[in-house]
Amino acid sequence: MEYFIQQLINGLTLGSIYGLVAIGYTMVYGIIGMINFAHGDIFMLGGFAALIVFLLATSFFAGIPVALLLLLMLLVGMLMTGLWNWTIERIAYRPLRGSFRLAPLITAIGMSIFLSNFIQVTQGPRNKPIPPLVTDTYHFGAITVSLKQILIVVITSILLFAFWYIVNKTPLGRAQRATEQDRKMAALLGVDVDKTISITFIMGAALAAVAGAMYLMYYGVASFNDGFIPGVKAFTAAVLGGIGSLPGAVLGGLLIGLIESLWSAYFSIAYKDVATFAILAFVLIFKPTGILGRPEVEKV
Amino acid sequence: MATVSETVPNNVMAKAIKEGIFAGVIAFLMFSLFVGIETYQDINNQLVWRTRWGLLAVFVAVAAVGRFMTVAFIKPHLDRRKLAKAKAGILEISEEKSFFHRHFLKFALVFLLIYPFLSLLIVGKQGSLKYVDNFGIQILIYVMLAWGLNIVVGLAGLLDLGYVAFYAVGAYSYALLSSYFGFSFWLLLPMSGILAALWGVILGFPVLRLRGDYLAIVTLAFGEIIRLVLINWTDVTKGTFGISGIAKASFFGIWSFDTGSPNNFVKAWGLSASSVYYKIFLFYIILALCMLTAYVTIRLRRMPIGRAWEALREDEIACRSLGINTVTTKLTAFATGAMFGGFAGSFFATRQGFVSPESFVFLESAVILAIVVLGGMGSLTGIAIAAVIMVGGTEILREMSFLKIIFGPDFTPELYRMLLFGLAMIIVMLFKPRGFVGSREPTAFLKERKAISGSFTKEGHG
Repeated sequence: MEYFIQQLINGLTLGSIYGLVAIGYTMVYGIIGMINFAHGDIFMLGGFAALIVFLLATSFFAGIPVALLLLLMLLVGMLMTGLWNWTIERIAYRPLRGSFRLAPLITAIGMSIFLSNFIQVTQGPRNKPIPPLVTDTYHFGAITVSLKQILIVVITSILLFAFWYIVNKTPLGRAQRATEQDRKMAALLGVDVDKTISITFIMGAALAAVAGAMYLMYYGVASFNDGFIPGVKAFTAAVLGGIGSLPGAVLGGLLIGLIESLWSAYFSIAYKDVATFAILAFVLIFKPTGILGRPEVEKV
Repeated sequence: MATVSETVPNNVMAKAIKEGIFAGVIAFLMFSLFVGIETYQDINNQLVWRTRWGLLAVFVAVAAVGRFMTVAFIKPHLDRRKLAKAKAGILEISEEKSFFHRHFLKFALVFLLIYPFLSLLIVGKQGSLKYVDNFGIQILIYVMLAWGLNIVVGLAGLLDLGYVAFYAVGAYSYALLSSYFGFSFWLLLPMSGILAALWGVILGFPVLRLRGDYLAIVTLAFGEIIRLVLINWTDVTKGTFGISGIAKASFFGIWSFDTGSPNNFVKAWGLSASSVYYKIFLFYIILALCMLTAYVTIRLRRMPIGRAWEALREDEIACRSLGINTVTTKLTAFATGAMFGGFAGSFFATRQGFVSPESFVFLESAVILAIVVLGGMGSLTGIAIAAVIMVGGTEILREMSFLKIIFGPDFTPELYRMLLFGLAMIIVMLFKPRGFVGSREPTAFLKERKAISGSFTKEGHG
């Protein structure tokens, strides 16, 4: 039983990270109906930004409190990736809006290849390890919970709440939802669609940056190809939860995290990704719009 | 409209300077961390950093000047040209074609047929190894894969992001069956095609109900599952080590290309020993396979099943209401596409002599899909051109050792291969969203055949 709870906690931590990335996928999909393949690499960029901020901060201010350091890593990472995603949307996606469906998909895949290779070329192909930031652990009987796990879950929860508030209670969120439902109508009613979409990309990137920084903190290593596998899993999470649905993305992320850690614990680590993808396929076969997705209405 | 385009140049200049500065600032912020600072490990394996202000300045300058030039000169020029074209009333697709244009396919085929001998003649045996193998065979493999995927994506309109799975099935079928049972290439080539087609049906069956992007993600997942199984099922596939020493293809069982065998091709013909003959032989095999793919695609488009695929791409609901069985239509598209992937896979295995899961990553699927879309979906010529440009272009980059003279001896052009590939994908799509060949020739027509713009064909939802 303790073992099970332990794995549950590990799964929850991992799931939080996937959930944060999944929100970026699901929001972009909801608002412009495009799979943003480069989002996983935005997550990776966030991790790298945090890594470089960590190096700079620790060498300039030697005894900097860990809390301040973490905050700095998160904030700079969010700003940096927000800027990147804004530029990417402006250059590679906006000119193709209204073009046929596969064109932005191809530019997104191209952007993903470009970003990971850009980091490989500028920062080198080797893994970048950093010393552990947060080392405290707490014991409850046989269960061990580390402070970084608590941090990840707490930060995720705070962000999700803030995010839920923005989308549901603010004028900006209303504009986003309106754009999602009917872009043309929203534009006619005075919503600045371009701006709304840009902000959506920035928000998605900021969440991905937080996820990237926490991934770096959790595993203590960053690599240029870190974007692909977590990216695909987060996308899987978004689809599993029902793409376009925000609670669905979080739910999907948590499910993927739990499946992954429980499968590794009870069956085999080698096949954990196979299990994830197989479950995705099964869910979609029986419920083709995901768990919380709205059924698509076919119009002739 | 004419008055609008002739704006005061001063105005444009001011705008260009403003936008240039803006682009510079953005670029500075974007690249400040990733380019301005380099992280590396020192002797103690500690991660440390140093600044690279010079490189950062180059990036910022390129962004600022590039934006300035675009706004000040390139954009007004393009606008003027577009306006002039519109005034003259030139359509994008003209009926008049030049002699070269009309006979392009014949020229291309003849060139391909004499290509190996041409390279032998010009650069000799040792030099032509590179041209036949790295350029010829490599490009033709991608042409074949892209033509195979074109059946699924371009004709039937089913977005498949895991096509490389069938390539892997073909390659491993050949590798495993030839090393465990010693079957020959000519027996296993059709067999791997059939096995891949079978997998196409197996994978296609559960995803029939899915549409659009859901289909895309499930095919991606299947592609990853197959790769992960290949990695982890070490008893059979030897995992990441891969299978090496895969048998070479023989000259239809008459002559062998193994150096030790008594009926060696080189000895039988009294030639001097060189591996170039085998490469030339492989070149003709893959050329024949490509031609087969093209022939089957062209023929199928005129048959009921091909018409059903295209109808499915245009409108699935209309299809169903007209009594087309969408289940079998989709499955045959999957199976046919997968079969050609399987052929290409078994060819890949015999050409490399080595297969490992490394060759079948998602990136390969993305590259193949990119070639299909960049070429203009559904257009065989366009796809072939795209393959030549994208694959050939990145191969040329390997050869650019003269760049070392410019950028210093540490410069390795190979590092930039995929970086430029990604950039090229973005740039081509931005300028030609419909692909290189923007016109289509429908197979079904009323009275006379006419080329139509690619924008009239749909890309499907399934």
